[in-house]
Amino acid sequence: MENLLTLAFTSFLVQNIILNQFLGICSFLGVSNKRSKAIGMGLAVFAVITLSSMLTWAIYYLILVPGELTFMRTIVFILVIAGMVQILEMAIKKFSPSLYGALGVYLPLITTNCAVLGVSLLHVQNNFTFSETVVFAAFTSLGYTAIIIVFSYIREQMYRAPIPEGFKGIPAGLIAASIMALIFKGFVGLI
Amino acid sequence: MSRKKKRLTPKQNILKGLIKENPTFVLVLGMCPTLGVTTSLENGLGMGLSVLFVLMLTNAVIASIRKIVPDEIRIPVYIVVIALVVTLLEWFLNAFIPSLYDALGIFLPLIVVNCIVLGRAEAYASDNTVVDSIFDGMGMGLGFTLGLSTLAFTRELLGTGSVQLLGFTLFDANSAATFLVQPAGAFLTLGLLIGIINTVRIDREKKKQAILDEKIKIALAKKAAKEAAKKKQLEAEGAN
Repeated sequence: MENLLTLAFTSFLVQNIILNQFLGICSFLGVSNKRSKAIGMGLAVFAVITLSSMLTWAIYYLILVPGELTFMRTIVFILVIAGMVQILEMAIKKFSPSLYGALGVYLPLITTNCAVLGVSLLHVQNNFTFSETVVFAAFTSLGYTAIIIVFSYIREQMYRAPIPEGFKGIPAGLIAASIMALIFKGFVGLI
Repeated sequence: MSRKKKRLTPKQNILKGLIKENPTFVLVLGMCPTLGVTTSLENGLGMGLSVLFVLMLTNAVIASIRKIVPDEIRIPVYIVVIALVVTLLEWFLNAFIPSLYDALGIFLPLIVVNCIVLGRAEAYASDNTVVDSIFDGMGMGLGFTLGLSTLAFTRELLGTGSVQLLGFTLFDANSAATFLVQPAGAFLTLGLLIGIINTVRIDREKKKQAILDEKIKIALAKKAAKEAAKKKQLEAEGAN
Protein backbone atom coordinates (compact mmCIF):
# COMPACT_ATOMS: atom_id res chain seq x y z
CA MET A 1 0.00 0.00 0.00
CA GLU A 2 2.77 2.38 0.98
CA ASN A 3 4.54 1.42 -2.19
CA LEU A 4 1.50 2.38 -4.26
CA LEU A 5 1.18 5.72 -2.47
CA THR A 6 4.79 6.57 -3.24
CA LEU A 7 4.27 5.55 -6.83
CA ALA A 8 1.16 7.75 -7.07
CA PHE A 9 3.00 10.73 -5.61
CA THR A 10 6.05 10.21 -7.79
CA SER A 11 4.13 9.88 -11.03
CA PHE A 12 1.87 12.83 -10.23
CA LEU A 13 4.44 15.39 -9.12
CA VAL A 14 8.09 14.33 -9.08
CA GLN A 15 8.23 12.57 -12.45
CA ASN A 16 5.56 14.77 -13.97
CA ILE A 17 4.87 13.54 -17.47
CA ILE A 18 5.07 16.96 -19.14
CA LEU A 19 7.64 18.82 -17.11
CA ASN A 20 10.02 15.94 -16.41
CA GLN A 21 9.44 13.22 -19.01
CA PHE A 22 8.66 15.47 -22.00
CA LEU A 23 5.70 13.42 -23.19
CA GLY A 24 2.63 15.04 -24.70
CA ILE A 25 4.35 18.37 -25.36
CA CYS A 26 2.63 18.93 -28.72
CA SER A 27 -0.85 18.87 -27.21
CA PHE A 28 0.42 20.74 -24.16
CA LEU A 29 1.54 23.68 -26.32
CA GLY A 30 -1.32 23.42 -28.79
CA VAL A 31 -4.28 23.21 -26.45
CA SER A 32 -3.21 25.13 -23.36
CA ASN A 33 -3.96 28.57 -24.83
CA LYS A 34 -7.63 28.31 -23.80
CA ARG A 35 -9.03 27.11 -20.50
CA SER A 36 -12.07 25.27 -21.87
CA LYS A 37 -9.93 23.43 -24.42
CA ALA A 38 -7.40 22.48 -21.75
CA ILE A 39 -10.05 20.99 -19.47
CA GLY A 40 -11.63 18.97 -22.29
CA MET A 41 -8.30 17.65 -23.52
CA GLY A 42 -7.08 16.91 -20.00
CA LEU A 43 -10.12 14.80 -19.12
CA ALA A 44 -10.05 12.95 -22.43
CA VAL A 45 -6.36 12.12 -21.96
CA PHE A 46 -7.02 10.93 -18.40
CA ALA A 47 -9.71 8.51 -19.61
CA VAL A 48 -7.72 7.22 -22.58
CA ILE A 49 -4.42 6.72 -20.74
CA THR A 50 -6.00 4.90 -17.80
CA LEU A 51 -8.06 2.57 -19.99
CA SER A 52 -5.42 1.95 -22.64
CA SER A 53 -2.64 1.09 -20.18
CA MET A 54 -4.87 -1.49 -18.48
CA LEU A 55 -5.63 -2.95 -21.89
CA THR A 56 -2.02 -2.93 -23.06
CA TRP A 57 -0.91 -4.50 -19.75
CA ALA A 58 -3.35 -7.36 -20.28
CA ILE A 59 -2.34 -7.83 -23.91
CA TYR A 60 1.36 -7.66 -23.15
CA TYR A 61 1.37 -10.19 -20.32
CA LEU A 62 -1.41 -12.49 -21.56
CA ILE A 63 -0.62 -12.61 -25.28
CA LEU A 64 2.74 -11.11 -26.21
CA VAL A 65 4.89 -12.60 -23.42
CA PRO A 66 3.57 -16.20 -23.66
CA GLY A 67 3.75 -16.02 -27.45
CA GLU A 68 7.28 -14.54 -27.34
CA LEU A 69 6.12 -11.63 -29.46
CA THR A 70 7.38 -8.82 -27.24
CA PHE A 71 9.39 -7.34 -30.10
CA MET A 72 6.06 -6.46 -31.74
CA ARG A 73 4.93 -4.29 -28.84
CA THR A 74 5.17 -0.90 -30.57
CA ILE A 75 2.93 -1.97 -33.46
CA VAL A 76 0.46 -3.84 -31.25
CA PHE A 77 0.18 -1.01 -28.71
CA ILE A 78 -0.43 1.71 -31.29
CA LEU A 79 -3.13 -0.41 -32.95
CA VAL A 80 -4.77 -1.14 -29.60
CA ILE A 81 -4.74 2.55 -28.68
CA ALA A 82 -6.10 3.67 -32.05
CA GLY A 83 -8.85 1.07 -31.92
CA MET A 84 -9.74 1.86 -28.33
CA VAL A 85 -9.97 5.58 -29.01
CA GLN A 86 -12.28 4.88 -31.93
CA ILE A 87 -14.55 2.65 -29.83
CA LEU A 88 -14.55 5.12 -26.95
CA GLU A 89 -15.54 7.90 -29.32
CA MET A 90 -18.46 5.88 -30.69
CA ALA A 91 -19.56 4.84 -27.20
CA ILE A 92 -19.55 8.39 -25.85
CA LYS A 93 -21.38 9.63 -28.93
CA LYS A 94 -24.12 7.04 -28.40
CA PHE A 95 -24.55 7.19 -24.64
CA SER A 96 -23.78 10.77 -23.70
CA PRO A 97 -24.09 13.36 -26.47
CA SER A 98 -23.39 16.19 -24.02
CA LEU A 99 -20.08 14.63 -22.97
CA TYR A 100 -19.33 14.01 -26.63
CA GLY A 101 -19.80 17.70 -27.29
CA ALA A 102 -17.19 18.49 -24.64
CA LEU A 103 -14.61 15.76 -25.36
CA GLY A 104 -15.42 14.53 -28.85
CA VAL A 105 -13.13 16.85 -30.77
CA TYR A 106 -10.12 15.89 -28.68
CA LEU A 107 -10.51 12.13 -28.91
CA PRO A 108 -9.16 11.58 -32.47
CA LEU A 109 -6.17 13.76 -31.64
CA ILE A 110 -5.26 11.55 -28.70
CA THR A 111 -4.15 8.59 -30.84
CA THR A 112 -1.05 10.54 -31.81
CA ASN A 113 -0.45 11.97 -28.34
CA CYS A 114 2.87 10.52 -27.29
CA ALA A 115 1.82 10.50 -23.64
CA VAL A 116 -0.60 7.63 -24.32
CA LEU A 117 1.86 5.33 -26.08
CA GLY A 118 4.55 6.55 -23.70
CA VAL A 119 2.73 5.43 -20.54
CA SER A 120 2.03 2.02 -22.09
CA LEU A 121 5.69 1.57 -23.01
CA LEU A 122 6.86 2.81 -19.61
CA HIS A 123 4.84 0.36 -17.57
CA VAL A 124 6.30 -2.47 -19.64
CA GLN A 125 9.79 -1.06 -19.23
CA ASN A 126 9.37 -0.84 -15.44
CA ASN A 127 7.81 -4.33 -15.11
CA PHE A 128 4.82 -2.98 -13.16
CA THR A 129 2.18 -5.33 -11.73
CA PHE A 130 -1.44 -4.71 -12.72
CA SER A 131 -2.31 -2.62 -9.65
CA GLU A 132 0.90 -0.63 -10.03
CA THR A 133 0.07 -0.01 -13.68
CA VAL A 134 -3.40 1.29 -12.82
CA VAL A 135 -2.05 3.67 -10.17
CA PHE A 136 0.84 4.75 -12.38
CA ALA A 137 -1.41 5.43 -15.40
CA ALA A 138 -4.12 7.22 -13.43
CA PHE A 139 -1.77 9.52 -11.55
CA THR A 140 0.51 10.19 -14.51
CA SER A 141 -2.46 11.28 -16.60
CA LEU A 142 -3.84 13.31 -13.69
CA GLY A 143 -0.46 15.04 -13.59
CA TYR A 144 -0.90 15.85 -17.29
CA THR A 145 -4.43 17.17 -16.71
CA ALA A 146 -3.39 19.28 -13.73
CA ILE A 147 -0.43 20.87 -15.52
CA ILE A 148 -2.33 21.59 -18.72
CA ILE A 149 -5.15 23.31 -16.79
CA VAL A 150 -2.83 25.34 -14.55
CA PHE A 151 -0.81 26.30 -17.60
CA SER A 152 -3.90 27.49 -19.49
CA TYR A 153 -4.50 30.02 -16.67
CA ILE A 154 -0.91 31.25 -16.97
CA ARG A 155 -1.17 31.59 -20.74
CA GLU A 156 -4.40 33.54 -20.52
CA GLN A 157 -2.60 36.03 -18.30
CA MET A 158 0.30 36.19 -20.74
CA TYR A 159 -1.93 37.70 -23.43
CA ARG A 160 -1.92 40.94 -21.43
CA ALA A 161 1.83 40.97 -20.82
CA PRO A 162 4.04 43.24 -22.96
CA ILE A 163 6.08 40.45 -24.58
CA PRO A 164 8.43 41.29 -27.51
CA GLU A 165 6.80 40.36 -30.81
CA GLY A 166 9.23 37.54 -31.66
CA PHE A 167 8.69 35.84 -28.31
CA LYS A 168 4.88 35.90 -28.35
CA GLY A 169 3.02 32.58 -28.26
CA ILE A 170 5.09 29.41 -28.19
CA PRO A 171 8.53 30.81 -27.15
CA ALA A 172 7.02 32.62 -24.16
CA GLY A 173 5.02 29.50 -23.31
CA LEU A 174 8.17 27.37 -23.36
CA ILE A 175 9.98 29.80 -21.08
CA ALA A 176 7.04 29.80 -18.64
CA ALA A 177 7.09 25.97 -18.75
CA SER A 178 10.79 26.08 -17.90
CA ILE A 179 10.05 28.07 -14.74
CA MET A 180 7.30 25.60 -13.83
CA ALA A 181 9.69 22.68 -14.36
CA LEU A 182 12.12 24.36 -11.95
CA ILE A 183 9.38 24.64 -9.34
CA PHE A 184 8.50 20.96 -9.78
CA LYS A 185 12.13 20.07 -9.19
CA GLY A 186 11.49 21.10 -5.61
CA PHE A 187 9.16 18.12 -5.13
CA VAL A 188 12.11 15.74 -5.49
CA GLY A 189 13.10 16.56 -1.93
CA LEU A 190 9.71 15.45 -0.57
CA ILE A 191 10.24 11.72 -0.93
CA MET B 1 -6.59 14.99 -55.05
CA SER B 2 -6.04 16.99 -58.23
CA ARG B 3 -4.89 20.19 -56.58
CA LYS B 4 -2.55 21.99 -58.94
CA LYS B 5 0.66 22.79 -57.20
CA LYS B 6 3.97 24.00 -58.46
CA ARG B 7 6.36 21.07 -58.43
CA LEU B 8 9.48 21.77 -56.42
CA THR B 9 12.89 20.67 -57.59
CA PRO B 10 14.78 18.32 -55.24
CA LYS B 11 17.04 21.15 -54.13
CA GLN B 12 14.11 23.46 -53.35
CA ASN B 13 12.38 20.59 -51.55
CA ILE B 14 15.36 19.99 -49.28
CA LEU B 15 15.90 23.70 -48.62
CA LYS B 16 12.22 24.05 -47.74
CA GLY B 17 12.53 21.46 -44.98
CA LEU B 18 15.88 22.75 -43.82
CA ILE B 19 15.06 26.46 -43.50
CA LYS B 20 11.72 27.82 -44.68
CA GLU B 21 9.57 25.16 -43.00
CA ASN B 22 12.06 23.90 -40.43
CA PRO B 23 10.07 21.42 -38.31
CA THR B 24 11.66 22.46 -35.02
CA PHE B 25 11.93 26.22 -35.25
CA VAL B 26 9.18 27.21 -37.69
CA LEU B 27 6.49 24.49 -37.61
CA VAL B 28 7.23 23.60 -33.95
CA LEU B 29 6.40 19.91 -34.46
CA GLY B 30 7.77 16.79 -32.79
CA MET B 31 8.52 18.55 -29.54
CA CYS B 32 8.74 15.50 -27.26
CA PRO B 33 12.01 14.06 -28.63
CA THR B 34 13.28 17.59 -29.28
CA LEU B 35 13.18 18.33 -25.58
CA GLY B 36 13.75 14.80 -24.29
CA VAL B 37 16.94 13.60 -25.96
CA THR B 38 18.90 16.80 -26.57
CA THR B 39 21.10 16.56 -23.48
CA SER B 40 24.11 15.83 -25.69
CA LEU B 41 24.97 16.46 -29.33
CA GLU B 42 25.51 12.73 -29.86
CA ASN B 43 21.95 11.86 -28.80
CA GLY B 44 20.42 14.81 -30.65
CA LEU B 45 22.19 13.83 -33.87
CA GLY B 46 21.24 10.16 -33.40
CA MET B 47 17.58 11.03 -32.92
CA GLY B 48 17.61 13.42 -35.89
CA LEU B 49 19.13 10.82 -38.21
CA SER B 50 16.69 8.15 -36.96
CA VAL B 51 13.75 10.40 -37.84
CA LEU B 52 15.40 11.22 -41.20
CA PHE B 53 15.54 7.52 -42.00
CA VAL B 54 11.95 6.89 -40.90
CA LEU B 55 10.65 9.91 -42.81
CA MET B 56 12.31 8.96 -46.10
CA LEU B 57 11.18 5.35 -45.92
CA THR B 58 7.59 6.04 -44.81
CA ASN B 59 7.18 8.83 -47.37
CA ALA B 60 8.43 6.48 -50.09
CA VAL B 61 6.12 3.63 -49.08
CA ILE B 62 3.08 5.85 -48.58
CA ALA B 63 3.60 7.68 -51.86
CA SER B 64 3.84 4.37 -53.70
CA ILE B 65 0.60 3.00 -52.20
CA ARG B 66 -1.28 6.31 -52.33
CA LYS B 67 -3.51 5.25 -55.24
CA ILE B 68 -4.49 1.88 -53.72
CA VAL B 69 -5.43 3.00 -50.22
CA PRO B 70 -9.07 4.09 -49.83
CA ASP B 71 -9.48 7.59 -48.45
CA GLU B 72 -11.50 6.59 -45.38
CA ILE B 73 -8.91 4.29 -43.85
CA ARG B 74 -5.77 6.10 -44.93
CA ILE B 75 -4.76 7.30 -41.45
CA PRO B 76 -4.77 3.80 -39.84
CA VAL B 77 -2.84 2.48 -42.84
CA TYR B 78 -0.26 5.26 -42.50
CA ILE B 79 0.12 4.50 -38.79
CA VAL B 80 0.72 0.80 -39.48
CA VAL B 81 3.34 1.63 -42.13
CA ILE B 82 5.09 4.04 -39.76
CA ALA B 83 4.97 1.56 -36.86
CA LEU B 84 6.53 -1.12 -39.08
CA VAL B 85 9.37 1.15 -40.19
CA VAL B 86 10.04 2.28 -36.61
CA THR B 87 10.12 -1.32 -35.40
CA LEU B 88 12.66 -2.16 -38.10
CA LEU B 89 14.77 0.80 -36.96
CA GLU B 90 14.51 -0.38 -33.33
CA TRP B 91 15.85 -3.83 -34.24
CA PHE B 92 18.62 -2.31 -36.32
CA LEU B 93 19.81 0.07 -33.60
CA ASN B 94 19.50 -2.59 -30.91
CA ALA B 95 21.71 -4.89 -32.96
CA PHE B 96 24.34 -2.49 -34.30
CA ILE B 97 24.42 0.68 -32.15
CA PRO B 98 23.24 -0.49 -28.69
CA SER B 99 24.64 2.61 -26.95
CA LEU B 100 22.38 4.87 -29.01
CA TYR B 101 19.47 2.48 -28.51
CA ASP B 102 19.86 2.81 -24.74
CA ALA B 103 20.37 6.57 -24.83
CA LEU B 104 17.24 7.25 -26.88
CA GLY B 105 15.22 4.89 -24.69
CA ILE B 106 11.49 5.31 -24.90
CA PHE B 107 11.76 8.11 -27.48
CA LEU B 108 12.80 5.62 -30.16
CA PRO B 109 9.47 3.70 -30.28
CA LEU B 110 7.71 7.03 -29.80
CA ILE B 111 8.80 8.11 -33.32
CA VAL B 112 5.59 6.28 -34.31
CA VAL B 113 3.51 9.12 -32.86
CA ASN B 114 5.89 11.90 -33.91
CA CYS B 115 3.66 14.52 -35.56
CA ILE B 116 6.26 15.25 -38.26
CA VAL B 117 6.14 11.72 -39.68
CA LEU B 118 2.35 11.40 -39.84
CA GLY B 119 2.10 15.07 -40.83
CA ARG B 120 4.35 14.66 -43.89
CA ALA B 121 2.58 11.43 -44.87
CA GLU B 122 -0.79 13.19 -44.81
CA ALA B 123 0.27 16.59 -46.14
CA TYR B 124 2.80 15.57 -48.79
CA ALA B 125 3.27 11.90 -49.58
CA SER B 126 -0.47 11.25 -49.94
CA ASP B 127 -0.61 13.18 -53.22
CA ASN B 128 2.89 13.42 -54.63
CA THR B 129 5.15 11.10 -56.58
CA VAL B 130 7.52 8.69 -54.87
CA VAL B 131 10.69 10.57 -55.82
CA ASP B 132 9.31 13.95 -54.71
CA SER B 133 8.15 12.42 -51.43
CA ILE B 134 11.59 10.97 -50.73
CA PHE B 135 13.17 14.38 -51.22
CA ASP B 136 10.49 15.99 -49.05
CA GLY B 137 11.24 13.43 -46.33
CA MET B 138 14.95 14.09 -46.71
CA GLY B 139 14.45 17.86 -46.38
CA MET B 140 12.20 17.58 -43.35
CA GLY B 141 14.48 15.00 -41.73
CA LEU B 142 17.55 17.16 -42.30
CA GLY B 143 15.67 20.17 -40.92
CA PHE B 144 14.73 18.17 -37.83
CA THR B 145 18.34 16.99 -37.45
CA LEU B 146 19.55 20.58 -37.75
CA GLY B 147 17.06 21.76 -35.11
CA LEU B 148 17.93 18.98 -32.70
CA SER B 149 21.68 19.40 -33.18
CA THR B 150 21.50 23.16 -32.61
CA LEU B 151 19.54 22.69 -29.41
CA ALA B 152 21.68 19.79 -28.21
CA PHE B 153 24.93 21.61 -29.02
CA THR B 154 23.84 24.71 -27.07
CA ARG B 155 22.67 22.70 -24.08
CA GLU B 156 25.69 20.42 -23.91
CA LEU B 157 28.21 23.22 -24.41
CA LEU B 158 26.75 25.58 -21.82
CA GLY B 159 25.49 22.85 -19.50
CA THR B 160 28.67 20.77 -19.23
CA GLY B 161 31.32 23.06 -20.65
CA SER B 162 32.38 20.65 -23.40
CA VAL B 163 30.97 18.84 -26.42
CA GLN B 164 31.89 15.17 -26.25
CA LEU B 165 31.18 14.24 -29.86
CA LEU B 166 33.47 16.95 -31.22
CA GLY B 167 35.90 16.45 -28.36
CA PHE B 168 36.47 20.05 -27.41
CA THR B 169 36.15 21.86 -24.11
CA LEU B 170 35.20 25.51 -23.76
CA PHE B 171 35.39 25.84 -19.99
CA ASP B 172 35.66 23.77 -16.84
CA ALA B 173 32.68 21.56 -15.92
CA ASN B 174 32.56 23.11 -12.43
CA SER B 175 31.59 26.51 -13.78
CA ALA B 176 29.00 25.12 -16.24
CA ALA B 177 25.27 25.88 -15.97
CA THR B 178 24.22 22.31 -15.08
CA PHE B 179 20.64 23.57 -15.07
CA LEU B 180 20.66 23.55 -18.88
CA VAL B 181 21.03 19.76 -19.19
CA GLN B 182 18.10 19.27 -16.80
CA PRO B 183 14.45 19.28 -17.95
CA ALA B 184 13.86 22.95 -17.09
CA GLY B 185 16.86 23.93 -19.21
CA ALA B 186 15.39 22.15 -22.23
CA PHE B 187 12.28 24.31 -22.18
CA LEU B 188 14.30 27.47 -21.60
CA THR B 189 16.86 26.85 -24.37
CA LEU B 190 14.23 25.93 -26.94
CA GLY B 191 12.05 28.91 -25.98
CA LEU B 192 14.96 31.30 -26.31
CA LEU B 193 16.16 29.79 -29.62
CA ILE B 194 12.70 29.98 -31.23
CA GLY B 195 12.23 33.50 -29.85
CA ILE B 196 15.54 34.71 -31.25
CA ILE B 197 14.88 33.13 -34.65
CA ASN B 198 11.41 34.70 -34.75
CA THR B 199 12.81 38.11 -33.82
CA VAL B 200 15.41 37.92 -36.58
CA ARG B 201 12.77 36.81 -39.09
CA ILE B 202 10.35 39.59 -38.16
CA ASP B 203 13.20 42.11 -38.32
CA ARG B 204 14.21 40.95 -41.80
CA GLU B 205 10.65 41.03 -43.03
CA LYS B 206 10.24 44.57 -41.71
CA LYS B 207 13.42 45.66 -43.45
CA LYS B 208 12.26 44.06 -46.68
CA GLN B 209 8.92 45.82 -46.32
CA ALA B 210 10.68 49.13 -45.64
CA ILE B 211 12.80 48.77 -48.78
CA LEU B 212 9.69 47.89 -50.77
CA ASP B 213 7.83 50.91 -49.35
CA GLU B 214 10.76 53.16 -50.26
CA LYS B 215 10.78 51.82 -53.83
CA ILE B 216 7.03 52.38 -54.16
CA LYS B 217 7.41 55.90 -52.82
CA ILE B 218 10.16 56.72 -55.31
CA ALA B 219 8.13 55.24 -58.16
CA LEU B 220 5.06 57.23 -57.13
CA ALA B 221 7.08 60.44 -56.86
CA LYS B 222 8.53 59.83 -60.33
CA LYS B 223 5.08 59.21 -61.74
CA ALA B 224 3.72 62.38 -60.10
CA ALA B 225 6.63 64.40 -61.45
CA LYS B 226 6.06 63.01 -64.93
CA GLU B 227 2.37 63.84 -64.79
CA ALA B 228 3.07 67.34 -63.54
CA ALA B 229 5.53 67.86 -66.40
CA LYS B 230 2.95 66.58 -68.90
CA LYS B 231 0.30 68.90 -67.47
CA LYS B 232 2.65 71.84 -67.70
CA GLN B 233 3.45 70.98 -71.29
CA LEU B 234 -0.25 70.73 -72.11
CA GLU B 235 -0.91 74.05 -70.41
CA ALA B 236 1.95 75.61 -72.30
CA GLU B 237 0.56 74.20 -75.55
CA GLY B 238 -2.90 75.48 -74.62
CA ALA B 239 -1.51 78.95 -73.98
CA ASN B 240 0.08 78.92 -77.38
